[in-house]
Amino acid sequence: MSAELLRIEDLHVSFSTRGGLVQAVRGVSLDVMAGATLGVVGESGSGKSVTAYAVTRLLDRAGRVTGGQILFRGRDITRASAGEMQGLRGDYIAMVFQNPRAALNPIRSIGRQLMDALAVGGDRSRAALRAAALELLHAVLIRDPKQRFDAFPHEMSGGMCQRVMIAMAIAREPALLIADEPTTGLDVTTQKTVMDLLARLTAERQMAMILITHDLGLAAQYCGEVAVMQQGEVVERAPAARLFRSPQHAYTRRLVAASPTPRSTVAELVGAPPSLPFVPPEQPSGTPALLEVQNLTKRYGDVLAVDDVSFSLRAGESLGLVGESGSGKSTISRLICRLIDSSGGDVLFRGEDIGGLPARDFHASRYRREIQIVFQDPHESLNPRFSAFDCIAHPARRLTGITDGAALRSLVEECADRVGLERGLLSRFPHQLSGGQKARVGIARAIAVKPRLLVLDEPTAALDVSVQAVILKLLDDLRRDEGLAYLFVSHDLNVVRMMCERTIVLRHGRIVEQGDSDALFANPGDDYTRQLLAAIPHFDPEAAGGYSRRVPRTRGS
Amino acid sequence: MSATLHHAGWVLRSNPVTAIAAAGMLVLLALGVFAPWVMPYNPIASDVAIALQAPSAAHWAGTDQLGRDIFSRLIAATRLDLAIAASAVGISFVAGAVIGSFCGYRGGRLDRAVGRVVDVLMAFPLFVLAMAMVAALGNRVENIVIATAVINLPFYIRFARAEVNVRRDAGWVEAARAGGEGHLSVVLRFLLPNILPSMAVQISLNLGWAILNAAGLSFLGLGVVAPTPEWGIMVAEGARFISAGQWWLVGFPGLALMLAVLCFNLLGDGLRDILDPRMRT
Repeated sequence: MSAELLRIEDLHVSFSTRGGLVQAVRGVSLDVMAGATLGVVGESGSGKSVTAYAVTRLLDRAGRVTGGQILFRGRDITRASAGEMQGLRGDYIAMVFQNPRAALNPIRSIGRQLMDALAVGGDRSRAALRAAALELLHAVLIRDPKQRFDAFPHEMSGGMCQRVMIAMAIAREPALLIADEPTTGLDVTTQKTVMDLLARLTAERQMAMILITHDLGLAAQYCGEVAVMQQGEVVERAPAARLFRSPQHAYTRRLVAASPTPRSTVAELVGAPPSLPFVPPEQPSGTPALLEVQNLTKRYGDVLAVDDVSFSLRAGESLGLVGESGSGKSTISRLICRLIDSSGGDVLFRGEDIGGLPARDFHASRYRREIQIVFQDPHESLNPRFSAFDCIAHPARRLTGITDGAALRSLVEECADRVGLERGLLSRFPHQLSGGQKARVGIARAIAVKPRLLVLDEPTAALDVSVQAVILKLLDDLRRDEGLAYLFVSHDLNVVRMMCERTIVLRHGRIVEQGDSDALFANPGDDYTRQLLAAIPHFDPEAAGGYSRRVPRTRGS
Repeated sequence: MSATLHHAGWVLRSNPVTAIAAAGMLVLLALGVFAPWVMPYNPIASDVAIALQAPSAAHWAGTDQLGRDIFSRLIAATRLDLAIAASAVGISFVAGAVIGSFCGYRGGRLDRAVGRVVDVLMAFPLFVLAMAMVAALGNRVENIVIATAVINLPFYIRFARAEVNVRRDAGWVEAARAGGEGHLSVVLRFLLPNILPSMAVQISLNLGWAILNAAGLSFLGLGVVAPTPEWGIMVAEGARFISAGQWWLVGFPGLALMLAVLCFNLLGDGLRDILDPRMRT
């Protein structure tokens, strides 16, 4: 039964770049049995995607297999001709990509695209193709397949697009499905439906699956075996349960520790000694809250992005805003930073109404300095033409009034030290910095002007889990030392629980539930919160027990 | 600065076509700047005794119908043509980039109004428009510059508008505003520098086109007037003699024109690579 389907032996892949030859994959050996599921886990640059692209021979032109073999049913793919490869792809090996919207043809209806995929190599009639395409849409749980048949990709949500991609991939019943970060960029609840679907389809049709992901929990939950990659090498491979319960390799241990679970603390993520629970400083009675939001509303055309939201935040406190895409959490953070104008409601800062000032003029307000923001994508939020130094120095010069070059330099260097950015890196441009370094620049920029309220808009969403752990620890320390108040926006409930004393759950622009973080996660009062919690993939069964419901293993390991 | 030079060196080494174009450009520029010192003869001194001589060691590009040294006239014309092209493109670039960026950033009614004006301008046959302007304003070099700048303006406005539009909502623009920058400063100090690399390509292509435009106007007798040496006039005057076999009168100025335009066009892509900091690794 369990015949060997794919065997990768000592695979080497190199990319020729301006800096010379870069070895992306260095001696990877893996094998996949027919019908089995293998998770390949690693951080960016680990070579996990390159390995997959080598198997399907979709490496871009700069990349080349420089050594080793990829045997599919005993035949070496690296030596197959382009024509043979064409037949192999789709019929035997299919791939599901990370960004479904980009992988689908935007000007062809999804039904047509499915028919195209089905038509290759066969001579079935149009009616038969259409019937088969409808059946596939049905199989991937698209509601009303007949009506959806003529829909275009832009008319569908990200999760639906990914289901169509999956339908295309399984159209010709391949023996091996390679899913490259299939749910990255999707909401947790959508991720769960897509992954459950993938697991069910591959099990029903006896397809083998290679799941490439950066998410340990996802791999643990959906794969029998997991291989961990680091810098182009497989450092550890074991059945999922064993790998996460007793990781052998130092890197795997670090990765497992850095992944937030329902019980971990910020200190545990980086292996630091536990820090005391943080208690925000007591304010003398009668002090107005640092931030008071009353009946805040934001309307875009007919859509209510933020619908009657009220909450308050004391000095030194950390408040989490969680929700899926479209919940209005980013809009709220921009409203509070006064980057956009509200359609109604008040924003009071230290008792003063700042919501009345138009966003256009807020840059000149004295509160501009006190409310700062750290953006989601550290790369996208740094001016490509500014060095790291200028990125930090510019707002500091504007808002603190320091114009003296030497004073400014020492301020910037102090902030760089504070966020753990080497001073030598200050002269570099954003594209010359790693994701973690860019995140540090973004944080240094915000704290350089000594704000009282820091809005963190998904500050770690674009980072690898080990980098995320370090940045979260940094943010936690900063808050303790500087007495900053945080409004922490995130889609990751585990992160919010660790970072915030109180949490607000948002859905469709409305507050679903709010309260003390630990209590809220232990005993969610609303069904939606429970759904969100249940959808988070876990690798730690014990910790997962901390939540009210445990997600069943889809496939045994 | 040294990093920029180092990077420029790398781009030129790895891209020989750009290097050749850049070298040609430098030669043209040097000829233009040092024209009074490198011209072997006075470009407007006629000497009928040596009229219509073929290229020789004494007169490298031959002499014209009035016995003027064509090589000297070519050099003098380089100076004039480059100056016209550079100032015309400079004006339309500065004005177009500023207007276009503000429209792209603000959007709304102003943007739509400017957009329609641009559409109307572009609906004219541009060269005819330039001819009409020079004819109305008077046959002077300044008017060629103005006319060329005006017909170029719509392209710069559109280009800058589109480039700013895609960056308007970028995180670093929001970050700049959170950092206390006003809208004016966001456009001038943040957005404009970021669209420069792609505009540089436009500028380079446009310089070649502006040279052609100036030469074209002069060829038709608009703008620069004889005896001022200018490539377009030289081609126009020399055209009469081509049937008599005296090809050098029209051949050399035509060649100079072609080489100049070619250099600017080829330079465009290389320039973008040099100016974009993201290409530096």
